[in-house]
Amino acid sequence: MAPRRAGIAGILVLGLWALAALGLVIYLVNVWNPALFAKYGPAYLDGLVVTVSLVITSIVSGALVSVPVAFGRMARNRLARGLSFAFVYFFRGTPLLAQIFLFYYGFGEFRGFFETIGLWWFFREAWYCALFSLSLNTAAYQAEILRGAIESVPRGQWEGARALGLPRLVIFWKVILPQALMVALRPYTNEIILMVKASAIVAIITVYDLLGETRRAYGRTFDFQTYIWAAVLYLSIVEVLRNITNVVEKRLTRHQKR
Amino acid sequence: MNAPSTWDLLGFGEFGWGDDIALGVLVTISLALATLPIGLVMGFLLALAKRSEDWALNLAANIYTTIFRGLPELLTLFLVYFGAPHLLNGVLAALGTGPVEVSGFVSGMIALGLVFSAFASEVFLSAFRAIPRGQWEGGMALGLRNSRIMILIILPQLIRIALPGLANLWMNLLKDTALVSVVGLTDILRQTQTAARVAREPFLFFGLACVLYLILTMLSSAGIAGIDRWTKRGGTAR
Repeated sequence: MAPRRAGIAGILVLGLWALAALGLVIYLVNVWNPALFAKYGPAYLDGLVVTVSLVITSIVSGALVSVPVAFGRMARNRLARGLSFAFVYFFRGTPLLAQIFLFYYGFGEFRGFFETIGLWWFFREAWYCALFSLSLNTAAYQAEILRGAIESVPRGQWEGARALGLPRLVIFWKVILPQALMVALRPYTNEIILMVKASAIVAIITVYDLLGETRRAYGRTFDFQTYIWAAVLYLSIVEVLRNITNVVEKRLTRHQKR
Repeated sequence: MNAPSTWDLLGFGEFGWGDDIALGVLVTISLALATLPIGLVMGFLLALAKRSEDWALNLAANIYTTIFRGLPELLTLFLVYFGAPHLLNGVLAALGTGPVEVSGFVSGMIALGLVFSAFASEVFLSAFRAIPRGQWEGGMALGLRNSRIMILIILPQLIRIALPGLANLWMNLLKDTALVSVVGLTDILRQTQTAARVAREPFLFFGLACVLYLILTMLSSAGIAGIDRWTKRGGTAR
């Protein structure tokens, strides 16, 4: 391969980035304010904890919900197929923000009903509503990942295992699922990253996650650096996750390397 | 006065929100349509930069993708909406002109365009990789210039391969426009929110918003299927 050299265009655009980075550093040094940091630093950390716990909880509960949905999508029963298709279509076809509004504000209309069935404590809290919408939203996406992965395993794997006389459940656990999860690994980790980003939306319904704390800090100080710090934190989370993913994937698929 | 019925609320009459929400639908569609060309062109250029042999171009394009794929869309929007006036007015003050405001629509267009182009560049990049070298070499053997090869041979195949990925991004774009309601753009979600508050019927109006987005998604699917048939029309003879 020919030695790769930098042309004028490349140096120009890279220079632009360098300039932007320099400008950002100068800006941050200029507006450096220890009092602001002492006041809002801990709040940001709290927000970070809220974001992380929100993401972990909704990913896990979404995974639980996604299993019946994925099997419903693959079922022979028409009703199960239709219902799970509608579920997936609704949550993937509408904006998350609209879903959150629908659950948080819309369910408030049925307060009487929820009080009778004793669930009002749940739908009253912005935090639970956020958790509820995020879980169902990611469940729809995870169901599609799971279904795609299971269907990507060739038929011959089922047939071969059946020829060995294995019961269906054993075939699924020992033969199909390990191969499916290998396929699903990358989409699943992508979904986690997408959830970290999507969870920022809950700030709109007054959940004080990382973006929520940022909005509060900006609303009180009108200091733009509050948003810059949020951006730095979000980017670091996503980059850390992405690098962990790459390492894990390399490790888990090392038998496929030739 | 009787309380207006559901149909009055959704209609176009005195108590009706139908006209306001219809306007919101138009705003949502125009924001998505206005962002699309920016995102596509930027994404394509970024993909070219990532493919080039120039390491500085590669690096610059990768920094762009890392930033705008990693930031939450809502935060990108806030950065543009609150940050762009800062930046612009700093420049304008240095030039000696008065302050300007950046509207919600323009901020939305910029922010969503940044996000769309970052993702689109990856779609284009993998589509480029799916086109065999022989296609370039064949074009060269015909004595075509690089730009002609790109336009006549590569691009038609590229569009066909990239279409499913781009269709996905379009759906995301359509849904992400809802975020711009947060900075005051009168799109579907903003209008239904106002209606929900005034009429005290949140479930009805937010449900309506979801239905409207679903309709837009379905229409898009139909449109994309049409484009897909169009890109594949040359392949049917084989």
